[in-house]
Amino acid sequence: MAGFYGIDVASRFMIGTAGYPSPAILGEAIHASGAEIVTVSLRREGAGGAGQAFWDLIRQTGCRVLPNTAGCKTVKEAVTTAQMAREVFETPWIKLEVIGEDDTLQPDVFALVEAARVLTDDGFQVFPYTTDDLIVAEKLLAAGCEVLMPWGAPIGSGRGLNNPYQLRTLRAHFSGVPLVVDAGLGLPSHAAAAMELGYDAILLNTAVAKAGDPVGMAAAFRDAITAGRAAFEAGPIEVRDMAEPSTPVAGTPFWQGAE
Amino acid sequence: MKITVNGATYETGAVTLAALLSELGHDGAVVATAVNGEFAGRASRAETMLRAEDEIEIVAPMQGG
Repeated sequence: MAGFYGIDVASRFMIGTAGYPSPAILGEAIHASGAEIVTVSLRREGAGGAGQAFWDLIRQTGCRVLPNTAGCKTVKEAVTTAQMAREVFETPWIKLEVIGEDDTLQPDVFALVEAARVLTDDGFQVFPYTTDDLIVAEKLLAAGCEVLMPWGAPIGSGRGLNNPYQLRTLRAHFSGVPLVVDAGLGLPSHAAAAMELGYDAILLNTAVAKAGDPVGMAAAFRDAITAGRAAFEAGPIEVRDMAEPSTPVAGTPFWQGAE
Repeated sequence: MKITVNGATYETGAVTLAALLSELGHDGAVVATAVNGEFAGRASRAETMLRAEDEIEIVAPMQGG
């Protein structure tokens, strides 16, 4: 069980809902992922009311929604978007994104911390999309966040874990804080690696939505996340530089050592 | 009067934000609104008076990552 702001979930996979070939495939991929939490956003509503049909589809999945502030570049934009999201989705949860740079979609961590403080004071439960910087993480916790979501790599890049050392450091430093690797993963092995580090969950979108078979890839990530977590809980061995025979040495035929 | 709705200029006869939503066919729809960058909650729409040059955002649930 993973827990976020007092809500326990059996699945450690949070899945995004954007960029699928069709609404039907989105629905099947969510089902295959086993996810209990899906990310959603707010966008300008046109005359056709496209948002209403999407919202009906998401409600039918029974998943808990985590609205994002994707595309926001200032504290003001992010706060107003969060307030609109709270009303529409009827949840205090917000995946807080404040983007600072277009090529990398790197979070503006200074604005992120400020927005997190404003939103926490207003009763929100903030899931901050952040870098893997330790000090920023501390400031987000001081601002009231009870979950941290460091990036694996830039959004949509599929690179995997750019800095496993830093992610391991965060895990060791914030042992009691739910940590989610959010963004940049491309393969199930990337997700398994993050889970083996002891991360509590994985949030991803593009790696599934843009796969040749999104439903199949959702299932592959589901299994990898489960396997990675199981491995972490089972206690991996220490890495060594030199070999250590796994087969007993004593009694080896033709062995010249003392019994 | 001339206002901006979701980034586009729009001529409206609506006096309140609630009336504007009605005029645009969003009655009963799951939408949220902001006026000049400030959140305008559902309960306040009937009392939110529109003024010329106001910038209105009307948003709805959409796919997100």
